[in-house]
Amino acid sequence: MTEAPSYLSPTGQEIVFLLLGAVAVGSALLTVTTRQLVHAALWLVVCFGALAGCYLVLTAEFVAWVQVLIYVGAIVVLLLFGIMLTRAPIGRSADLDSPNRPAAVIVAIATAAVLVTVVVDGFRMAYVPLEPGGGSAGELGASIFRNWVLPFEVLSVLLLAALIGAIVLSRTDIRGRD
Amino acid sequence: MHVVYPLVVSALLFSIGVYGVLARRNTILVLMSVEIMLNAVNLNLVVFDVWLRDRLHSGQVLTLFVIVIAAAEVGLGLAIVLALYRNRQTIDLDRLRSLSEPTEPEPTDPGATNPGPVDPGPDGIQPTGPGSAAPAGAALSGEAGAHSPPRTQNPAETRGHTLAATRTRQSRFPAGSETDPRPGDAS
Amino acid sequence: MITVASLVILLPFLAAATGLLGSRFPRGLRGATPLDPGTDLNAGANRRAAWIAVLPTALSTALAIWLAYATWAATGQGGIEPGVPIGIGGQGAADGVTATFTVIETGSVPISVGLLVDGLAASIAVLVTVVALAVQVYSIGYLHGDRRYPSYSSFISLFTSAMLLVVYAADLLVLYVGWEIMGLCSYLLVGHWWEERANSRAAIKAFLVTRIGDVGFLFGIFVLGTAAGSFRIADVIAGVPEMSSGTLIAATMLLLAGVAGKSAQVPLHVWLPDAMAGPTPISALIHAATMVAAGIFVVARLYPAFLGARPTLDVLAVLAALGMLGAALAALAQDDLKRVLAYSTISQLAYMAGALAAGSPDAAIFHLITHGAFKALLFLCAGAVIHVVGSNLMSTMGGLRRELPVTFAAMTIGFAALMGLPPASGFFSKDEMLAGIEHSLSAGPLTDAAAFLLYGCALATIAVTGAYATRAWLRTFFGQRASRPEPVAGEAHAAVSEVPATMSRPIVVLAVPALLLGFARIGDVHWGTAALSLTVALLGAGAVYAVWRSAPQTDPARVLGPFRVPCERAFYVDSVYTRLLVRPVLLLARLVVRTDNRVVDGTVRGSGRATLRLAGLVRLVQNGNVQLYVTGLLAGVLLIAAGAVIFG
Repeated sequence: MTEAPSYLSPTGQEIVFLLLGAVAVGSALLTVTTRQLVHAALWLVVCFGALAGCYLVLTAEFVAWVQVLIYVGAIVVLLLFGIMLTRAPIGRSADLDSPNRPAAVIVAIATAAVLVTVVVDGFRMAYVPLEPGGGSAGELGASIFRNWVLPFEVLSVLLLAALIGAIVLSRTDIRGRD
Repeated sequence: MHVVYPLVVSALLFSIGVYGVLARRNTILVLMSVEIMLNAVNLNLVVFDVWLRDRLHSGQVLTLFVIVIAAAEVGLGLAIVLALYRNRQTIDLDRLRSLSEPTEPEPTDPGATNPGPVDPGPDGIQPTGPGSAAPAGAALSGEAGAHSPPRTQNPAETRGHTLAATRTRQSRFPAGSETDPRPGDAS
Repeated sequence: MITVASLVILLPFLAAATGLLGSRFPRGLRGATPLDPGTDLNAGANRRAAWIAVLPTALSTALAIWLAYATWAATGQGGIEPGVPIGIGGQGAADGVTATFTVIETGSVPISVGLLVDGLAASIAVLVTVVALAVQVYSIGYLHGDRRYPSYSSFISLFTSAMLLVVYAADLLVLYVGWEIMGLCSYLLVGHWWEERANSRAAIKAFLVTRIGDVGFLFGIFVLGTAAGSFRIADVIAGVPEMSSGTLIAATMLLLAGVAGKSAQVPLHVWLPDAMAGPTPISALIHAATMVAAGIFVVARLYPAFLGARPTLDVLAVLAALGMLGAALAALAQDDLKRVLAYSTISQLAYMAGALAAGSPDAAIFHLITHGAFKALLFLCAGAVIHVVGSNLMSTMGGLRRELPVTFAAMTIGFAALMGLPPASGFFSKDEMLAGIEHSLSAGPLTDAAAFLLYGCALATIAVTGAYATRAWLRTFFGQRASRPEPVAGEAHAAVSEVPATMSRPIVVLAVPALLLGFARIGDVHWGTAALSLTVALLGAGAVYAVWRSAPQTDPARVLGPFRVPCERAFYVDSVYTRLLVRPVLLLARLVVRTDNRVVDGTVRGSGRATLRLAGLVRLVQNGNVQLYVTGLLAGVLLIAAGAVIFG
């Protein structure tokens, strides 16, 4: 561990990261508070994009690209499809929040308080000098196919199972056993 | 870079996800909140991988795996949501109260639909969803069995009946989505 | 000698055990016809039980008499043949033959299981066994055909054994064992006909009242035992001079409570008239030989301790004075023959207690023995009369002297002894006691006031005794029968004729000592006092005779006038107890029951109900809203995490 510089003189990386983090947190907040379903999905795109930027700043470039590809490209699109297929009301709707909301606010704030307290308390002195190249596609690919082959394969089986499951769930002409 | 920054961002994102899961009524929004929480975890993983300079890159690899699993999860989740929507015509979480205590009708919450005995229609003709369809189908076959003594013919009969009902409902779905005025409003 | 004493105790005990366990054992062994098995079976069992009961008691009696004879011969006291013990005054208890079988270590004061045979114990034992034998024989006839006769006779045997244990005990705690067994047996026997509610209530009353006294008795034993460092009677008496007067007063006062309970002295006498609910032989046994004698006996046994505690003797004197006069007056107004005798027992026992208090325990024990003889005689005669007439009430009797000549003669002797008329035994013993009380006026352990009260009451009691004895005698055997009650179906009361031999023979046998026992101490008669008491007694008797003579059909007690009802109700002591003690206790009991129901059970039931209600509340959470569940889950996780962070 190198000696941690002062918090009062942030580096450029830190400034960029904090801005991106602020964007991510803000857009996530908008996602969970907006009154329009589609807007929520779109704010989610912004959040994920900002997170991808964060990954880039943290030198995890391959993860950043995968994030953009899969999250922004696939998952959000899937969610939009879902919104459309369930004929959700497009535009403002007043009842997107459940009556559980006060309890949710309390629990969420408490969660944030506990987590932030613990994290700040635990990692106040931790510092990482960023060096590029650690998260390149080459490195990660070598790591995956050298050390993580078995989980990778299991994961592909899982994906297959999820695929089949999703098909079975969505098709209406396949009945369950009586 | 101070490790605290990404960790705090991650913690805040996670809390926001918790809030979304707990406070949102629409199931798809809940799914989105789950994704936010997953991303918070991902950020954590990446930060620690970078900080600890793991030779195996286990943090980042695990992030990739989580992303993949999240994709699968979203796919399955959406499939479930769609099946739910087909059967209940709603994906509002607080209206899905099949888990509630069955004995006492709750007088304090008149808006809550009590599916099953109160509203047997969607359950009885449920084409998919093996879990919840089984008792309803059994009940239906029991009703049919009261009329015709030879028990062996019942499954075929009920099956035919159910399939016919399914087909009518199926035919209503696309028609409903085509003639639904709300997409028109949005466009 | 000690072996013989233990045999005397053990024989009735074995008889009790055998009678309880074995008298029905060979079921249908003899003459059980299939037509009527129940009766014959009962008859066979009763016959066996009678043999089992009578033979050991007879043997025990013989042994006790031999023992007494040997004792007197050995100690050289008493002189003439059926002598009456003297030497119990000063340190007499220590000079008997004593033996310890085993010592039970208790950690502090050991209990020595042993027997003590001295003049006092031997003579009382003779009284006990003779009366018990008479009662056993008498019961064969009195309870002929009774379904529970085997257990009854066994309980009498046990009773006898317990009393003998009290008499022979060399250790206070051994004595206490016999004392308590007697309480139990009196309960069982008084409640012999428990099918009637009144009888079982009387039994419970006898048990409870004596038990109240026994608590004090037990603690008195503890005080004495710990003060003396030993429970052996000889050691206790030897240790009396070293004890502080406070200890002695406390111990003797506590002992006095037990004595008052067992001997039916004033505050605790209420059980005795009610105990008349038992069969008459039991009354004879309890009143003459066993229970009530035990109290007087214990005081005599521990007399040195009482002598060391003057206030206790004063209390005893006052209680005795009140008890003798009150009970005699109550006896005067009773209509129930057995209750007359019961109150006379209380009165006579109070007399003995008075003599004890006045410092003449010899006279008290002498009277205890003569009283045992003539009171047993009186009760057995009363039982015969009741057996014949079929009723306890004197108003249904009258003119029986022609129909029951033997009983009449015997009962006349008994009443004469009770009144203190010469030459019956009561004359001599009463005279001695009165002389002792008179003596205490000038010198003795009592204070002047107490002695004066005692003396006055004693004289008055002699008069009243003469009155009620005469009244009962006249009402029972003279005049005309007022009305003949219809005989109860199935009972042999139809013809008035003399009682069966098993009943009449014990009466005759008991009449002899009742008449002659007094001559053993003929040399000690104080003729001046005797003349006084005789005059007073004849005065009372003559007054009653005059009243009766004027109107033979009516009760002579009518002269009491407005005073009669309080006398008949025994001065409302029972009512006062009911008002003061029984009702509050019952109220308290009801309160406890209600507390138990409402508070204790209510807590249990309420906790159940509260749980249900709470569960109903918690159930509201179970409304099927998954988000609520997850909220709770996460809140819980948060709490745990926060706890781990803060306290971990």
